[in-house]
Amino acid sequence: MRKSSCIAAALAALTCLPALAQKQLTVVNFGGANANAQKKAFYEPYEKTGTKVVAVEYNGEQAKIKVMVDSKNVTWDAVEVESPDVARGCDEGLFEKLDWSRIGNKADFVPAAVTDCGIGIFVWSTVMAWDGDKLKAGPKTWADFWDTKKFPGKRGLRKGARYNLEFALMADGVKPADVYKVLATKEGADRAFRKLGELKSNIQWWEAGAQPPQFLVAGDVVMTTVFNGRIDAANREGKHLQIGWVGGIYDLDYWVIPKGDPNKDAALKFIAFASTADAQAEYAKNIAYGPTNKHALAKLDAKTLANLPTSPANSKDALQFNLKFWADQGEDLEKRFASWATS
Amino acid sequence: MTATLAAPVPPAADSAALRRSLARASRRRKWRAFALTLPLLVFLLLTFLVPIAALLERAVENPEVARALPRTVLVLRDWKRADVPRPEAFAAIVADLGALSDSADAGALARRLNSEKPGARSLIMGTYRALPLEGTSAATPAGAIRDKLLAVDPRWGETAYWEAIAKNGSRWTPDYLLTAVDLRRDAHGAIERVDPDQRVFGGILLRTFGISALVTLWCLALGYPLAYWLSTLSPRRANVLMIVVLVPFWTSILVRVAAWIVLLQSEGLVNHALQGLHLTSRPLELLFNRTGVVVAMTHILLPFMILPLYSVMAGVPTSYVRAAVSLGSTPLAAFVRVYVPQTYAGIGAGALLVFILSIGYYVTPALLGGPTDQMLSYYIAQYTNVDVNWGMACALGALLLAATLVLYAVYRRVTKSELSLG
Repeated sequence: MRKSSCIAAALAALTCLPALAQKQLTVVNFGGANANAQKKAFYEPYEKTGTKVVAVEYNGEQAKIKVMVDSKNVTWDAVEVESPDVARGCDEGLFEKLDWSRIGNKADFVPAAVTDCGIGIFVWSTVMAWDGDKLKAGPKTWADFWDTKKFPGKRGLRKGARYNLEFALMADGVKPADVYKVLATKEGADRAFRKLGELKSNIQWWEAGAQPPQFLVAGDVVMTTVFNGRIDAANREGKHLQIGWVGGIYDLDYWVIPKGDPNKDAALKFIAFASTADAQAEYAKNIAYGPTNKHALAKLDAKTLANLPTSPANSKDALQFNLKFWADQGEDLEKRFASWATS
Repeated sequence: MTATLAAPVPPAADSAALRRSLARASRRRKWRAFALTLPLLVFLLLTFLVPIAALLERAVENPEVARALPRTVLVLRDWKRADVPRPEAFAAIVADLGALSDSADAGALARRLNSEKPGARSLIMGTYRALPLEGTSAATPAGAIRDKLLAVDPRWGETAYWEAIAKNGSRWTPDYLLTAVDLRRDAHGAIERVDPDQRVFGGILLRTFGISALVTLWCLALGYPLAYWLSTLSPRRANVLMIVVLVPFWTSILVRVAAWIVLLQSEGLVNHALQGLHLTSRPLELLFNRTGVVVAMTHILLPFMILPLYSVMAGVPTSYVRAAVSLGSTPLAAFVRVYVPQTYAGIGAGALLVFILSIGYYVTPALLGGPTDQMLSYYIAQYTNVDVNWGMACALGALLLAATLVLYAVYRRVTKSELSLG
């Protein structure tokens, strides 16, 4: 009698387990201020629908996704990835193709947010920033950023070729619209590296998004490139950091679903929720990244809008990150950068 | 044994039987010994030799082009590489790309060719998406297919992309290994150095050895006196002090690295102390540069120097130095000429151990160093995690393995002894 009840209990547990598993969703993000905003805008409201959201942080390592997909053991459901990885991973079969009919109307989103495998979560920008308490009149252009006579001191730059080569060309007088045309030529790349070389002894490299505001506050650098949302996050804590929007490079982060995810259906549901105008507006209120759902803008006040990279005033002299260019030339330029940085 | 030796010489038949049974007994003993070590051997095979073999295989494996473009590779076999290939090659690549069942195969092909010739990614993927070419069939002449393909993307008229395909037609390639030592094959397969602005790994390998040598020297300089002092104490006191050496050894590397960040930062303890003593007026830059890396690595690796030194020193009889002094040598000369040579085995073992562990270091330079302080492992991690170029990561791993083996061979040659850890 006792034995049979044991077996019954065990069977019940077994049948229950998959049901429990379905009620849980693993969402992967880049951590930091961005993760906190996602928690408030996406995870907590979504949990009210009865699905527990388990947030995992990573640093964009696509190898982790590749291993999961190759070994057919996918445990991540919705993953935030950077734009170069969306196209690459989609080509190489790492991600599921999205069923757009279940997410919403493609026309509701900014054009760059709509791709086969990924949907844009937010628009962010890499911009120049300085501490308003220490530097009253900040740099106005990238040429100013490069001018170590007018603004003595170290500059923070993200370690790598991406963005820095574009900034260097703009500092050298190339118009934003021509940057990628020039960079595509051998002479253009030489020119960018030469210009970067002028600043070399004054560069403090950063790798994690949280570093540049710390550098500014600690006085390690006089100005730095930075993801605009991190400046916003620091200012919410009472700092007075300033952003120069001219010549910023904006780009999107995307949601993707790793291929073969057994929880694909639930992941798609979550992504559809996070892409609604309400969730997108809530996210923008928590961190100054632009919504990809156009209808979210109407739900935001003027003060919030003024801080977003997508606002007309901020985006008019900005440059859109050229995905195709970096997908083709990235490997070569990054290797050249490594060689340049080592010597 | 002694009984057989002592006995008078037995008749031939007896001795043959004896030899046989002896051989049988020793064979049985060998088998038993082998059976006892079998679990260990299997364990080593699975956890050590198989992964290393897989790593070496991946460093030379090149399946993407051969698998995805078999017809094209065949057509390109007799191509002279001077001009654009004949139309059949265009027809073949259209047929090959059209036959790929999964876009993932095209993606893998695009990735492989792009690392050979930047731009190949968009060329391959763009062409793959444009297939099937409108108005063509299996019967369309090759010339017409060529024209259609050139209309899809004029870059098919450039020889560089065809060279990349022809060069990678084989299932095996030396390219990753060559890149790891800053060499490359040109279009005709001759080996040459890469352009100066693409040379990376030679410098990084030298830097890796440089940092490791510096750390080894510091460990020896700090560890030798300490090990000597420990060896002169009574065993009880030596044991107590040995725990002081071992406690940091048992602490997680991350904890120790974080502790160094706290100590060395510009507002940290060390800088405050130096400024408080008026030794410096401004904070010294101790972090995110070579100083930070060498200080922390020396601290982490010190026990690996002290332990072999101590175990050798504990066995050195004190009477030799006393004898030298009593025969008129100064204490210093006696120490240098009589004592130190007796500890060479410990110095060799400690230095080799510290050096070999150093060249594989990753976490400490990544957290405490700047971009010019990263060692080879950093680039292996980069290729593994971020670029997902596992062929390149394995080639760099193979380079590191080869460097370690060469070092060990040199060590054996110089000291004419096995590595002894006491």
